[in-house]
Amino acid sequence: MSTFLFFLPFLLIYTIFAVYAERKVSAFIQDRMGPMEVGYKGIVQTVADLMKLLQKEDIIPAAADKIMFVLGPVIIFVAVFAGFAVLPLTSGFAGSVADVGVFYLLAIVSLDVIGIMMAGWGSNSKFSLFGAMRSVAQIVSYEIPLGLSVLCVVMISQSLDLQEISFQQGVWINYFNTGASDHNYLFGIKALGIDVTEVGGFLTWNIVRMPLFFIAYIIFFIASLAEANRAPFDLPEAESELVGGFHTEYSGFRWAIIMLSEYGMMLLVSLLGAILFLGSWNTPFPNIGDIRLAEWTSGTPGTIAGHIWGAFWLLSKAMFAVLVQMWVRWTYPRLRVDQLMSLCWKYLTPAALVLIFFSALWRLMMI
Amino acid sequence: MSKKGANNSYWGNIKDAVGSLFGGLVLSVRHIWEAKDSRTPIGVEESNYFDQKTGIVTLQYPNESFPVPDNGRYRLHNEIEDCIVCDKCAKICPVNCIEIEPVRAIDEDLGKTSDGTPKRIYAAKFDIDMGKCCFCGLCTTVCPTECLTMTKAYDFSEFDVADHIYAFAEMTPLEIIEKKQKLEIYNQEKAKALAEKKPKSAVEDEAVVPKPKPSFKPRVQPVVKREELRKEEDEKKASSAPKPIFKPKMKTIVKKEEDVSDKVRTEEAKPAPTVSLKPIFRPKIKPVIKKDEEKGESSENKAAEEENKAAAAPRPVFKPKIKPKKDED
Repeated sequence: MSTFLFFLPFLLIYTIFAVYAERKVSAFIQDRMGPMEVGYKGIVQTVADLMKLLQKEDIIPAAADKIMFVLGPVIIFVAVFAGFAVLPLTSGFAGSVADVGVFYLLAIVSLDVIGIMMAGWGSNSKFSLFGAMRSVAQIVSYEIPLGLSVLCVVMISQSLDLQEISFQQGVWINYFNTGASDHNYLFGIKALGIDVTEVGGFLTWNIVRMPLFFIAYIIFFIASLAEANRAPFDLPEAESELVGGFHTEYSGFRWAIIMLSEYGMMLLVSLLGAILFLGSWNTPFPNIGDIRLAEWTSGTPGTIAGHIWGAFWLLSKAMFAVLVQMWVRWTYPRLRVDQLMSLCWKYLTPAALVLIFFSALWRLMMI
Repeated sequence: MSKKGANNSYWGNIKDAVGSLFGGLVLSVRHIWEAKDSRTPIGVEESNYFDQKTGIVTLQYPNESFPVPDNGRYRLHNEIEDCIVCDKCAKICPVNCIEIEPVRAIDEDLGKTSDGTPKRIYAAKFDIDMGKCCFCGLCTTVCPTECLTMTKAYDFSEFDVADHIYAFAEMTPLEIIEKKQKLEIYNQEKAKALAEKKPKSAVEDEAVVPKPKPSFKPRVQPVVKREELRKEEDEKKASSAPKPIFKPKMKTIVKKEEDVSDKVRTEEAKPAPTVSLKPIFRPKIKPVIKKDEEKGESSENKAAEEENKAAAAPRPVFKPKIKPKKDED
């Protein structure tokens, strides 16, 4: 319920700003201005676009398979949105608490492939079919490096529960009542003897607890771009290649739902990346001796300050990741489908497997 | 793809990819950083037009715009005071966007243009449809008084397309009516004077009339004429004595018309004039024409066709003997 009450409005408002930010970022990278007319410096542009999309005629191609055509976008959105349920927003707010958090998230987000396939097949158009086939191949392939990089984190944290993973990355590690490790060591190596449990800050983030997680985060980031059909992996919906790919035949509000799902997926994987690798709702400031920066900038779990600080840090990290996604989109050219597949199977998957091996070694060093 | 990078090995590929990806990101960030500078609206004639290398290049048009050079060739302007209404611009315009209605001035002093040319014609209407104008400048080239020029105004959009018709004439409707009436009166008086002159020199006129004919005839012959003209000429040829060359044609014309008209009556009356064209060619290709005429008719005349075919004796000459030769290969 809380997912519905919080994440749905948040997703909608975030999309309005994200579309505007994307257009402005892409404009500045391309030495132009972006939207400037509607509202102050064009800030109301997305709202105007949304109004237009809502008022458009609902066109369903005559030869389209009606049920699949109508249900496709709905399934894409529902699958993506259901993943938000297990995200812990703050130290005291874990959404729909599930011991199998990450596993559930990856599983249900995979269902959007069915939605894309339905949209492409039901459109009864060559471009849609090509786009859907490529999209399915891409998403199914990139789930492997994605899952493997998540598995690395799970091996270090010894838990699938995202809230537990979050607690382990900060000063409040002992506030969570399970038997997982009570101490954080610098770079996760107990043998070094540097106990950073009381120091907190970025030194306890997973990226620093296991330094090779930097590579794991990059693999996770690339795979998540492919999951969201974002450039440079947007061949399924490339305008110059496939008109619109699987969403060619969609117009008006149905297309808006597909776009909403795409931005929702961007947000979801950014949040997930922040939770798994970048310390979740924990502060980046460490406690330096008596200056308890970490405790001041992340309130005690359960207090209002704790909620506000936690949400602030998590959302900032996620927004930064979204910004990097946009930055990457407008820097790199699109990957051809064979290059895409080659990257996934020949480079990312072996790298992820090697990282699993090293994560296992590290875990042994942490205990 | 056979062309690959220099380091085309597994680790070489990774190294190249990381290097170029990182370089790309640095490039984008630099552009975002430079986007705080925007371009200033400098005209093309300025020496520093190309100096700014970085920053946003967009100019937000209605609020900012590039200054146009003074000799910009855009919207036309006509100084109607200098116009002598010679109609050259209207004639040379490739899209016919200039409409001029001249009214000749009778015994009036319109004054002179700014370069001294006397004006003799009023412009009742001088409309230029800017929507049609293609900005070629031909009208400005031919204007003898240089009253028609291209100005540097380029932004003249309208909501109604009819607003694009610019009227340069400055005569009030009353003036136009006055001047036209004057002209009408003058023309009528002139016609009267001419009519009075005519009975005095009627004989001279008749003798004069046939004279121009010999000079025109050679020119007209190769061109496809209209049938009435043809008939008139034929009659005139018949009436004028010194043309024995044409007489045989005249006789055959009479025959053929009777023959053909019987056959052609089954068809519409319209093709009848076209039949009269054929007599000229008849001396050369008689049987062919008969065939052509009758092919359009019913099959009754096929017997006649066959007769004609048999009568076309020279034809068999052109049937070469096709000996079946075997290839020697």
